[in-house]
Amino acid sequence: MIEFHLDTRSGVSPYRQIVDQVRRALRLGLLNEGDQLPTIKEVVGQLAINPNTVLKAYKELEHTGLVAPRPGVGTFVTATLRDGSLAAHGPLRRELVRWLAKARRAGLDEESIEALFRDAFRAGAEQDIA
Amino acid sequence: MSAVLQADGLGKRYRRRWALTDCTLRIPSGRVVGLVGPNGAGKSTLLNLAVGLLTPTRGRIDVLDAPPALGPAELARVGFMAQETPTYSGLSVADHLRMGARLNPGWDRKLAEDRIAQLGLDPAQRAGKLSAGQRAQLALTVAVAKRPELLILDEPVASLDPLARRQFLQGLMEVVAEQGVTVVLSSHLIADLERVCDHLIVLIASRVRLAGDVDQLLATHHLLTGPRRDPERLQAGQQVVSASHTDRQSTLLVRTDEPILDPAWTVEPVGLEDLVLAYMSPEPTGRGGLTGVPR
Repeated sequence: MIEFHLDTRSGVSPYRQIVDQVRRALRLGLLNEGDQLPTIKEVVGQLAINPNTVLKAYKELEHTGLVAPRPGVGTFVTATLRDGSLAAHGPLRRELVRWLAKARRAGLDEESIEALFRDAFRAGAEQDIA
Repeated sequence: MSAVLQADGLGKRYRRRWALTDCTLRIPSGRVVGLVGPNGAGKSTLLNLAVGLLTPTRGRIDVLDAPPALGPAELARVGFMAQETPTYSGLSVADHLRMGARLNPGWDRKLAEDRIAQLGLDPAQRAGKLSAGQRAQLALTVAVAKRPELLILDEPVASLDPLARRQFLQGLMEVVAEQGVTVVLSSHLIADLERVCDHLIVLIASRVRLAGDVDQLLATHHLLTGPRRDPERLQAGQQVVSASHTDRQSTLLVRTDEPILDPAWTVEPVGLEDLVLAYMSPEPTGRGGLTGVPR
């Protein structure tokens, strides 16, 4: 079972935050097929948010085929987002940490690093499309 | 969708002062409705009219398709928690439940006892010895155990500390999830309302200034910043809620159903708090007014 948390200052709507947290848990293998999501009552009892917000998030996850409700029981995970790449995460992460250290030595602050990353990410995506 | 509360031209006058004027309103069922506005705007008057503690001077109000508090059947369908979370300080927790059972034909004894146990309240404890948060939870228990279709709460968390406030709202949302009851609550704490409400009513100077589903309100309001310009010269269909200007820059809060096409504007979404504050601040003097926007 996972537990949701809410960042009310992020500007991201609570419903979107719940969807994202489930997707992240699926990607990281914290949630697997057959696992149960917290019931709506449990979520609202913990976060003090409107039940419709949770319902909307679960409906969207259902539409994307990641979860399915079992009437009277709860909502269960029916698919995974792990794509076999999990093993590669460690080495990639180490490489990235090394790269970040290099960028800092070159005098880049966090904002420049983020901007550079976004820029490269976008350029890469455009190349893929072309 | 059916309305749980409908008001048409509703007004209430105390001696010479109008506390509520020309209030036309439709609250859909199944919502958690936040009622906000400055002190003295008429929030409590509206809620007291809805439960039948006050009678209208003008217009009409229907609650669950009948005049408020028409008879025992109508009274049973509405739960009410007045301001200052009323409990009887000399009576014990158990006494409150016994009284609730006597006064309400549809009383759900198991729900009441389960809630008291879950809250960890001692049934023998006198209400006067409880903390403010516990008293609020007791009052909420009594209000929900009658199994109402509509629950009306007048500033239920105003006197609570942040932890008690969060716990109260957690309990309230559990009730909503479980029973599907429609809730109308007034509060000054917009951050709380942003979490729990999906419908909002802004009452200002005894009139309804804004009402609608929160998603819809957030989707149709935008904050525009750009080079200084006259708000008169905007795209058609854009209504300026508030405007502020420096010698170079204009900042406008705009309501529109259409996309913002003018590339000169930087368009940002608006949070509920900024939205409500913009409506609560004095109205711009005409569309070209240069009044400040609260930031």
